[in-house]
Amino acid sequence: MRVRLAAHGLGFGYGAIPVGRNIDINLRAGEVFCLLGPNGSGKTTLFKTLLGLLPAQAGEVVVDGTPLATLSRQDIARRIAYVPQAHTAHFPFRVIDMVVMGRTAHLGLFASPTSMDRQRAREALALLGIAQLAEREYTRISGGQRQLALVARALVQDAPAIVMDEPTANLDFGNQVIVLSEVKRLAARGLAVLLSTHDPDHAFSIASRVALLDQGRLVDQGVPETVLTSDKLKSVYGIDVVVGRLANGQTVCAPTYRC
Amino acid sequence: MVLLLLMLAAALVGAYPITFGEFIAAFGQRLTGGTSQDKIHTVLFDIRLPRVFAAVVVGAAVAAAGAAYQTLFRNPLVSPDILGVSTGAGLGAVLGIFLSLPVAAIQLSAFVVGLATVGLVYAIAALVHGREPVLVLVLAGVVVGALAGAAISLLKILADPYDQLPAIVFWLLGSLSAIRRGEVLAAVPLVLIGLFPLVVLRWRINVLSLGDEEAKALGVETGRLRLVVIAAATLITASVVAISGVIGWVGLVIPHIARMAVGPSFDRLLPTATLLGASYLLIVDTLARTMARIEVPIGILTAIIGAPFFLWLLARGREGWS
Repeated sequence: MRVRLAAHGLGFGYGAIPVGRNIDINLRAGEVFCLLGPNGSGKTTLFKTLLGLLPAQAGEVVVDGTPLATLSRQDIARRIAYVPQAHTAHFPFRVIDMVVMGRTAHLGLFASPTSMDRQRAREALALLGIAQLAEREYTRISGGQRQLALVARALVQDAPAIVMDEPTANLDFGNQVIVLSEVKRLAARGLAVLLSTHDPDHAFSIASRVALLDQGRLVDQGVPETVLTSDKLKSVYGIDVVVGRLANGQTVCAPTYRC
Repeated sequence: MVLLLLMLAAALVGAYPITFGEFIAAFGQRLTGGTSQDKIHTVLFDIRLPRVFAAVVVGAAVAAAGAAYQTLFRNPLVSPDILGVSTGAGLGAVLGIFLSLPVAAIQLSAFVVGLATVGLVYAIAALVHGREPVLVLVLAGVVVGALAGAAISLLKILADPYDQLPAIVFWLLGSLSAIRRGEVLAAVPLVLIGLFPLVVLRWRINVLSLGDEEAKALGVETGRLRLVVIAAATLITASVVAISGVIGWVGLVIPHIARMAVGPSFDRLLPTATLLGASYLLIVDTLARTMARIEVPIGILTAIIGAPFFLWLLARGREGWS
């Protein structure tokens, strides 16, 4: 499968302060690649560097075979869409207005979205099952609905790769499953999805490959069953974990609680 | 349309009322090339109409600049002088008055120092490599604004208390009373030049209101766009502050009302705020010159109207912005 986004010997951080280094990953079309790691391990910083929002300190990021550093912001946005953690906007945009902003990279410098762009935005909302929210204010819908709206915005961006920063953070149990099922469907349609999460079970349920990040370094990467073992999870998170298989074939992980 | 009717009404009322018939007659005379020296003609074309147009231009300009800045800084409490353009222009004008320069030179000084102040703020912010470029800009604006304010205070102390000081105070309060046709005509093209990039880039500016990183991820060259918006809004503000003095509150309150009416999308916000600002300042200026025997400085009036209104907005809860 075609490599959409790759990091070669990537070092990243803020300014001169290093956060992580020696990162080598490939994101291929049609796969869900899951990044796991404790708080402060550098997941968000890595994502921002992959998107070119922060300059690489070492190595390089390659998008569709082209070095990221040589691409304009518009070129990058046409190749990688970014779903930030659901946030509250500063202004009460309507959901449809928020989603249609995803079309910006396809508009001329002086152009505004056309009715066709709005139509695309409505279709994306419908695809995610939130068409009825189109005219609501983005600031007045729930966190899960906001997350879905941001996914819709990434969809209309028409980029072959999507990077999602903890799309399930702050979501309730049901909304987590809705968002992750959507992610799985996107990959089935041929998109390359890179996402971070705190829950190993998410990786077991939707990821084709997973990487474990600890203190800015990749501990391991590969299929979930080989990377997310109880030994490795213990060494990274410092807790005892049992990884087991349910009767329906699903792999889950259960931490041991001590008192 | 409403604005045009307001302009007509404003042209008729005042210390020397003009009837609609006289208004039409005066215009007819003017168009047919006859120049009459009568009183109506003088009042209408030399005093009142320039002032009406000045109110419209200044109101539209500060409201448009305010809308642009509030969108850029993602903060509804931002006014066009956040980066120090008004304080800088004030310093330029006060310096001009202090040196007893002619009126035109005072205005030029206000314009140039206003632009230079924002240029300095931007340069300082560019030198500080922070992670939050917007925050650094605002802080630099506060610091440079405070310095300019201190310089103004120093000049006030040094100024001649009988001659220069009243002129300084009057200028800092803002007024449209002494405005002449030539000044309005000089400001209009500058305001239009500043408005142009805001209009054609309205969609990108809208996306920029999501914040630097998100806008970048959506394909916007944020640094360059921010520079263009700041330059445009500063040009607009400096051109009108130079002829009218510092008229506060309009650039803060009007974009708010516009946002309540049409929502935060900049492509709708900009035209609405511009028209509202023009109408609002025209009404307030007409009140300023008709409601009392002596003229109330318009800056005082906009503050008296603006401040309680703003409190009301606060009390209503943050509905206007989130």
